[in-house]
Amino acid sequence: MTTTPHQDTQVNLEALTKLQTTLEKRFAGKLTTQLSHRELTVTTAAPLGPDLLLFLKTEVTCEFSQLMSICGVDYLGYPTAQPTRFAVVYHLLSLSLNQRIRVKLLVREGETVPTATKLFASAGWYERETYDMFGIVFSGHPDLRRLLTDYDFVGFPLRKDFPLEGHVEVYYDAEQKRVAYKPVDLPQEFRHFDRISEWEGMTGNAPLAEEDKPFNAEEFK
Amino acid sequence: MSTQQVTLSQPTAEQPFTLNFGPQHPSAHGVLRLVLEMDGETITRADPHIGLLHRGTEKLIENKTYIQALPYFDRLDYVSMMCQEHVWCLAIEKLLGIGMPKRAQYIRVLFSEVTRIANHLLWVGCHALDIGAMAVMLYAFKEREYTFDFYEEVSGARMHANYFRPGGVNRDVPPELLSKIRRWNLNFRDKILPMLEGLLDENRIWKQRTVGIGVVSPDDAQQWAFSGPMLRGSGIGWDLRKSQPYECYSELEFDVPVGKNGDSYDRYLCRMEEMRQSCHLIEQCLNQLETTLKGQPCKIQNFKISPPTRNEMKDSMEALIHHFKYFTEGFHLPEGEAYASIESPKGEMSVYLVSSGGPKAWRAYIRSPGYAHLQGLDFMAKGHLLADVTTLIGTQDIVFGDIDR
Repeated sequence: MTTTPHQDTQVNLEALTKLQTTLEKRFAGKLTTQLSHRELTVTTAAPLGPDLLLFLKTEVTCEFSQLMSICGVDYLGYPTAQPTRFAVVYHLLSLSLNQRIRVKLLVREGETVPTATKLFASAGWYERETYDMFGIVFSGHPDLRRLLTDYDFVGFPLRKDFPLEGHVEVYYDAEQKRVAYKPVDLPQEFRHFDRISEWEGMTGNAPLAEEDKPFNAEEFK
Repeated sequence: MSTQQVTLSQPTAEQPFTLNFGPQHPSAHGVLRLVLEMDGETITRADPHIGLLHRGTEKLIENKTYIQALPYFDRLDYVSMMCQEHVWCLAIEKLLGIGMPKRAQYIRVLFSEVTRIANHLLWVGCHALDIGAMAVMLYAFKEREYTFDFYEEVSGARMHANYFRPGGVNRDVPPELLSKIRRWNLNFRDKILPMLEGLLDENRIWKQRTVGIGVVSPDDAQQWAFSGPMLRGSGIGWDLRKSQPYECYSELEFDVPVGKNGDSYDRYLCRMEEMRQSCHLIEQCLNQLETTLKGQPCKIQNFKISPPTRNEMKDSMEALIHHFKYFTEGFHLPEGEAYASIESPKGEMSVYLVSSGGPKAWRAYIRSPGYAHLQGLDFMAKGHLLADVTTLIGTQDIVFGDIDR
C-alpha cells in the first residue's frame, strides 16, 4: 500500500533555516533553536520574551503579525531532565510570509513572565488562561484574573501535581438552598491504569514499515 | 430612550450602569455570561465571563491514551465534530511521521466539508433567529439533519462520530452512502442554498441588523488573532486549506471568498459562499472516491497504529495481539512536540501536542478559533447598542464547547 505525505508539504524549509540563522545571529548565545517536524522552535529564558517577540513581530524578514496561542507546559516528572519546571509556549503566525514559529520561554517555579499584551492584543486571554491553569504570573498584564475555572477556585488544575479528580466537588445544599462545595468523595476508588507493558512490540518508537514512511526520516526531523 | 424624561428620586445626569447578559440567554449560544457596562443603551465595555462549560479536556487527555482522547474532540466544538477529530489525528500523525493512503485523505476531506456545511447551517439558522428571522432556521436545520444521517451511516453516531482515527478513518464509507451524499449535495447546492440566500441576501431587516455592525479592520483582525471567516470577512485572503494545505486540498479546486468591509454582513456572505465551495469540494471528492480510489484501503496498514480487521483477527495470532495491544496500551509516540492546525469551519483550530515518549500525551493544548474571537467581542461591541450584541455573538459563530474546553 502506498501512503502520501498529507501535511506540511508546502513548508518552506529553506526560509525556516534562514530565519533560524538570523535569530541565532541577532540573539547570539541567548537562545537555542531547533528545527524538527518542519517546525522551528526558539527556546530562551523568560526575561528575553518581549524583546524576542518584538523582533519577530516587527522585523521585515519575520513579520509574525498574529499570536495564535500561548500555553503553559508543566514538566514536573517528565522522563528526561528539563532545565525548568514550566515552559510558556507562544505560537506565532506570519500571514505575509506563510510561516509559523514556536517561542518557548523557560520558567522556573515562582518566576514571573513579562506580558505580551503590549505587543499582541490576543495575548490577554491566553495569559489569563495560562495563569489560571498553571499559576504562572505575567507581570504587567492589565487584568490577570482567572478565566476558565470557577469563581474563587483554589489551585492550578493543569499542574502535574493537581489530581485528575480535583479537590472539591459541587452539590446542592438543600438546607442552605444553594450550591456548595465539599471535598471530593468517590464511591469507588479512582483507578489509574498504567498500561505500559514490557512488551517490546509497543515500547519505544513504534517501528514503522518502510512503505509507511513517505518522508525521508532525516528530512522529516 | 436616552432623552426620555424619567422621574427618579434623584434626577441626575445619566449614570453608566452594568448589565448582566446570560449565562442562560437563548442567544448567548450556550453558557456565555457577558458583563456589559452601558452608557444609556450604548455599550462601553463588554467583559465575557467564560468557563461555565469548562470540562478540563486538556487534563483528561493527559490521562488517556491517544485513541481514548479522540472522542473528547467531538465534544469540543459540538457542531463541527469531525473537524476537531481531524486536528488531533494530524498532530499524532505529525509526531509519528506517517503519511496517509489517498482514499483516507479523500474521505477525510469529504467529511470535513460535510461538517463545514453542517456547521454553517447551524450558524446561519441561529444567527438569523437571534436577529429576528425565524424561517431560515427551520430550513437550515432540516438540511443539517441530513448531514447527521451521513454521520450516522458512516460512523454509527449522529453527532459524536469518533470516525477519524490516527492513520486514516475508522472504516470505509458504505458504497450507497456516496450516491446519497451526491444527491443531497446537488439538491443543497442548486435548491436549498439559493433559497436560504434568497431569504436573507436582500432582506431589508437582515441588512439593517448586519451591515456596518461589528466592523473589524484587517489590522484589528490580526491583533486579536482572528482566523477563518472572521479574518476573511475583513478582506484578508487567508485559508489554511490553500496556504498550508493538508490532506488532498492542494489537488482540489475551490475558491476562497473574501469580504470587503469587515462587517457582519460580509462575514455572512463569506460563509454562504464557503458552503457553495464545500459543495464543489464534496463533488470532487465523491468523483475520486467512486472511480480511481475505489477499493483502496482507508487507513494505514501498519497495525501498530491502526487496528487490524476483525476478519484478520479470526485466524491470525499476530493480528489478535495487535488488536489487544492497540486498544489497551495504545501506541507510543516518539518524544517531541508538534503543532497541527486545520481550517475548521470557525477558523484555525490547532493542537499543540507534547509527547514524552509514552502511550499518553504529556500535554495537549487545544487552540480553538472561537476563544480568540470571543476575546475580541469587547472591541467589537464598543459603541454598539445592546441589541447588536446578539448580532455580534452570531457573527462570531460562538460555540462554547471549544471555547471552554
